[in-house]
Amino acid sequence: MTATLPQRTSASRLRPSDVLRVGASGPRARKTRTALSALGVSIGIAAMVGVLGLSESSKSALLDEISALGTNLLTVESGVGIGGGDGKFPEGSLAAVNRIETIETASAVHDVEASLLKSEFIPSGQTRGLTVVAASESLLETLNGEVAEGRWLDNATSEYPAVVLGSVAAERLGITTLTQPIYVYVGEHYVEVIGILEEFPLSADLDRSAIMGQQASEAFFESDPSPTTIFARVESGTLDATRDLIPTTADAENPEEVTVSRPSDALEAQAAADDALTTLFLGLGAVALLVGGIGIANVMVIAVIERRGEIGLRRALGATRAHIRRQFLTEAVILSALGGAVGVALGIGATYLYSGLQGWRVIIPGTAAAGGFLAALLIGAAAGLYPAMRAARLAPTEALRA
Amino acid sequence: MRNIVKEYPGFPPVRALDDVSVRIDHGELVAVVGPSGSGKSTLLNVMGTLDRPTRGVVAIDGDDTATLNDRQVAGVRARRIGFVFQQFFLLDGMSAIDNVANGLIYQGVGIKERRERSAETLRRVGLGHRLTHPPSHMSGGERQRVAVARALVHEPAFVLADEPTGNLDSRSTGAVMDLIHGLHDEGTTIAVITHDTTIAASLPRQVSVFDGRIESDSAMQSAFA
Repeated sequence: MTATLPQRTSASRLRPSDVLRVGASGPRARKTRTALSALGVSIGIAAMVGVLGLSESSKSALLDEISALGTNLLTVESGVGIGGGDGKFPEGSLAAVNRIETIETASAVHDVEASLLKSEFIPSGQTRGLTVVAASESLLETLNGEVAEGRWLDNATSEYPAVVLGSVAAERLGITTLTQPIYVYVGEHYVEVIGILEEFPLSADLDRSAIMGQQASEAFFESDPSPTTIFARVESGTLDATRDLIPTTADAENPEEVTVSRPSDALEAQAAADDALTTLFLGLGAVALLVGGIGIANVMVIAVIERRGEIGLRRALGATRAHIRRQFLTEAVILSALGGAVGVALGIGATYLYSGLQGWRVIIPGTAAAGGFLAALLIGAAAGLYPAMRAARLAPTEALRA
Repeated sequence: MRNIVKEYPGFPPVRALDDVSVRIDHGELVAVVGPSGSGKSTLLNVMGTLDRPTRGVVAIDGDDTATLNDRQVAGVRARRIGFVFQQFFLLDGMSAIDNVANGLIYQGVGIKERRERSAETLRRVGLGHRLTHPPSHMSGGERQRVAVARALVHEPAFVLADEPTGNLDSRSTGAVMDLIHGLHDEGTTIAVITHDTTIAASLPRQVSVFDGRIESDSAMQSAFA
């Protein structure tokens, strides 16, 4: 029968490219409404992409910091206060800690009872919160510190009255370059500044200090060489076991006064807190997206009511119910895709802008951009489903009775 | 079209068409007349397959439309029937040519061919100079000629016009009726629904509907006369 009477049985058909064209005709004819209804979705998508981009960028900045610092660094401090501790470890504790097999390097710092001033003419009370400490030469390596200017303490300079300034100390003393010999007034001696350090990732105390060699501190300032803080690098994988060993090793008599902390924990806690915040904002973005989707559904329901005449006409011109359904579904998806594309662009733009201001490396997670767009499409399809079904159910005669 | 009954549900059901039989042959130009509420629009909808009868058979070129599914009935409309409505039903967001091209879209004709054939048809109805104008910038008469072009662009065997001149002034009415007569001369089968007796009288055959029944049919009268 098909062969003899092809004309009679051939069904109505709509090309896929025409499905798109017909679906776009509505939004194209009502540009303001299209823009406004797409806006809701774009705000939601922009929020989600922006939040994901920003959190990834900030997290990567934080992770860079953590990896620079190393997660295997332990800070060992002796308690001061109620327990009767004087805040100092017994002599020889550094050597004892260094004997623990799983410790790669350990360095000690002890306080030097001397004020750090720019010159003898400044009253001794005005130290601006700067302190003087003595450290072993291995400290810089243990802390992964970097020298900004000049050089670090070595065998020779450790014995002489010379200091290396922490970054904050140098700034407060107004010392930026070491092209000429520069001296600071420590205690009652002028001491040469031989180096300026970069900021330590987590030892803010050292940033505010002038650091000198242990031999020099004993020889010129008669300071007590008992360590106040020990920094230890631990072989990876043995951290917890080593951590338990340290108190008794460092201070066999008062192990309960020893506190062992891991500086990178603070950064990881910060990262975790950021994660929680990201989840919250992502949730808010999802709510915005949902509201945008409802907006599209609303606009589509109104469109179906307003365009009954068009629906009836299209049926008269040969559109099947499926063609009408597809037209309105396509229309809803076009609205949301438009919103999604704009939203992804806005989110990426916001990430670039804010990361640029913060000096972070910009990371746009591809999954966030693609996922955001996909989410917009899905929302559009879901929003268009009911209006499209209603449009398709409309009887042509009813639709034409305008 | 034989023994058509169309009821709309309700208590009691509204019987819009009561045992109506009409046969329209190829090449005929028929006026369907009757007061409003007489069932003439229902008759057109059923003839045009926009509505299915409650009982009875609508056959187009010997095909019983009751045996066709939605896609096939839509296919019949897309290929073999052209509609002209009183309210034009033109889409304002599109140019005249794209409005006319909508008459071909559900046959799966490509966009380039659609536009070419639409331009040709618009020239045929005397609107060759208005191809890219949107309908909102046109007069009523011009709009109805665009709508006629849309009904003709796929070269249907059968054109159904529901009060095509109902919203037009007398000059535009003349232009549209001239088009319809021209089509008839070319061999197209046309049914025009109208309550305008002058227009009806100008057509070769009049079917008069009243209260859901055929009151008179000039073809039958002449056969019996």
